[in-house]
Amino acid sequence: MIDFGFSISKSSHIKMDDVDLKLFNKLEALNPDIKTCMACGLCTATCTAGKFTDVSFRQIILMLQRGKEKEAVEKVKKCMMCGKCMLVCSRGINTRNILLSITRIYNEQNI
Amino acid sequence: MRPLFDPFVLPFVISMTFVLLYCIIGMIRIVFQLPKEDRRKFLRSLIYPKSALKNFRDLVNDCLLHTKIWKRKPLLGYMHMSIALGWFMIIIVGHFESIAFSPLRGLEVPFMPKLMSNLYLPIFFRYFAIEDLSLKAQIFSFLMDFFLLMIISGIFIAVVKKKKPRKVGLKRVTKFGIKEDLVRLSLWTIFPLRFLAESSMANIAGGSFFTKYLGFELLFGGNYNETLSMIFWWLYSIDLAIFMTLLPFSRYMHIPAEALLILLRNAGLKTTEPRKGYALAEIYSCPSCGMCIDVCPMSEVKDNYKNTAVYFIRNIRKGKRRRDVKAMTEKCLMCGKCIEVCPLGIESLDIKIAQRNKTYYKIKSDFEYLKSQQDYKTTRPQDKAHSPETQQLSNSATQQLSNSATLYFAGCMSHLTPTITRSMKKIFEIAKENYEFLDAEGSICCGRPMMLTGKVNEAKALIDKNTELIKNSGAKRLILSCPICYKVFKEEYNLEGIEILHHTQYINELIENDKLEIDRDDKRYVYHDPCELGRAFDIYDEPRNIIDNIGLLTPGKSDKDMAVCCGGSIGSLTMTLEERDEITKNSIKDLMHNNPDEIVTACPLCLKTFARLAPVKVRDIAEIVANTIN
Ligand code: SF4
Ligand code: SF4
Ligand code: SF4
Ligand code: SF4
Ligand code: SF4
Repeated sequence: MIDFGFSISKSSHIKMDDVDLKLFNKLEALNPDIKTCMACGLCTATCTAGKFTDVSFRQIILMLQRGKEKEAVEKVKKCMMCGKCMLVCSRGINTRNILLSITRIYNEQNI
Repeated sequence: MRPLFDPFVLPFVISMTFVLLYCIIGMIRIVFQLPKEDRRKFLRSLIYPKSALKNFRDLVNDCLLHTKIWKRKPLLGYMHMSIALGWFMIIIVGHFESIAFSPLRGLEVPFMPKLMSNLYLPIFFRYFAIEDLSLKAQIFSFLMDFFLLMIISGIFIAVVKKKKPRKVGLKRVTKFGIKEDLVRLSLWTIFPLRFLAESSMANIAGGSFFTKYLGFELLFGGNYNETLSMIFWWLYSIDLAIFMTLLPFSRYMHIPAEALLILLRNAGLKTTEPRKGYALAEIYSCPSCGMCIDVCPMSEVKDNYKNTAVYFIRNIRKGKRRRDVKAMTEKCLMCGKCIEVCPLGIESLDIKIAQRNKTYYKIKSDFEYLKSQQDYKTTRPQDKAHSPETQQLSNSATQQLSNSATLYFAGCMSHLTPTITRSMKKIFEIAKENYEFLDAEGSICCGRPMMLTGKVNEAKALIDKNTELIKNSGAKRLILSCPICYKVFKEEYNLEGIEILHHTQYINELIENDKLEIDRDDKRYVYHDPCELGRAFDIYDEPRNIIDNIGLLTPGKSDKDMAVCCGGSIGSLTMTLEERDEITKNSIKDLMHNNPDEIVTACPLCLKTFARLAPVKVRDIAEIVANTIN
């Protein structure tokens, strides 16, 4: 291949038809407030663990919605449960409990 | 003379035997459920004279006199004391009475071992006795009258409490089902029935002023009717039997359980399992008195009162499905107010924590990444934190720390409220403190929020990391800004040789040593006691002293140990923002009782929570100090 000095990155296109949202629906039923997230990112900006890692509540939710469960769970593992994201959330979402629910609903085998 | 036996005593004797056996077996079971070490500690404490003496004193104070309730609500204290002490004394005096009139004792009782007749003789003494007008007998009957009157006055208050709770100073009383109502009814009728039975034959058996004149002469018109009399004796015995048989399954189980609880507590034991051993003794000791309902901030929201300590304990006891109990556990704010008022000192929060620790999380936390962090100054991995240069940088930062004697750790929450950290910096500078700001660039969490979710082992990773950083700094004093940190640092960290202070304590110390020059203002301040500082560690005076030096301290409606949680508590896992807001509003209303100009608190979480809804300015105590010094 001729090197043109740039490359094409892999497509990040997600085919929603292939995504199994069974677990996410379960999560949503338990925590209906998850629907009101508007991805503003305040939670990420304030995240304690985010200072040292790539934890981001906003991303976790987006990833779960799009079936990228493995990646999301990797992030959840690093959360310190401090609850600061809950304090700053512009929609008053109980983020901390959602994070806890995720660790109860998802597990490493079924994703 | 009549024989010393009559079939009507049987219901009582059988039920009493049942209760005694039940309690003994229950106690043995609880003691066996204790962890080995605890069991040994408990048995040892029973023998040592010093702890035995304390046991005796506490048993009298708590089981009979109910001194703790007296302190909070005198009327209720009297109610509990009169029933407990009165009944106890009637049994004791009754025993002496039946011993004193020894002609009774000499007789053999048909079909029954002596032991059993000892059981019922004091209770049905008047049925077997014959009138005696000696002084000794008069004294006994006076005592019996006195205690009977005492009990009846207590029952009278209990009836009022049931019908009109506000009259005895309660807003809400515990709600009960039919079974509990039946047991209570049987308890309330024991003494009236006893009175009727004794009165009905007071001309033969003799009696006191009560039974003889009020009862026999007035009520029965001075006539003795054998059938009627027997009916009353049977009813009295059956009523006792109903009460005794249902006792183990009702809240009255607290009578025997409380005694065991006091012994276990004096042995220094604590809850380790949510439904076994010590916790079980606590659960059975709760008489559902309902003192914890009104004070619980959760009862501000309609229906949430169902999550208060009394219902939580009852649900565990009923063996409700784990899911219900778990939901209640996760709702609680862990503010500790229910424990503060509980007359039995039931540490329901320990049970809740033990229950939370049982939660199964499929995904475990992973804090391996902390191991590679040299200190908090390391930034995100994508900023190449792991490159050799930054590692070295942070090493030198750690070096620098070791030279200072005082370490300031703001905690993750305080980074949400930069006014606190800024104010603390200013105070340190003016006080010329040789300090190092450990987490100037942000920190990891102290671990308490994690522990509250039940992930104790995982929280350990955070605790270990912080311990390592603090120990490496070589500091002698550690100053914290967040009460949540303060609690976990005090209770879970092993920081021997390092003095741990919350900034209220530190600032107060500076003021007392004249290290700060304060320009007083004439504002009226009200102070909100954060749960983790006030109820958890009784730090009430330091912040008040600081405010006294700055402006006018006005009291809120319920101060100090009765302060209402701000509602923001990370203790609750499932509470929604709407529910929290109700609690916050109520807490603010309490603080605004005397129309202060400003609300002062000492917790970043309280500050953040109040600031959203308070009608006046809310500031941290460090900020008002920093603003008045130059
Ligand atoms: S702050 Fe709240 S609304 Fe914004 S992204 Fe985070 S969870 Fe969603
Ligand atoms: S609870 Fe977890 S996700 Fe939320 S701010 Fe704290 S560390 Fe970040
Ligand atoms: S700890 Fe506080 S919120 Fe929880 S039950 Fe007790 S009083 Fe209510
Ligand atoms: S927990 Fe304590 S205050 Fe609450 S009902 Fe039981 S004994 Fe009373
Ligand atoms: S923020 Fe303050 S008042 Fe609220 S729970 Fe925590 S310590 Fe208690």
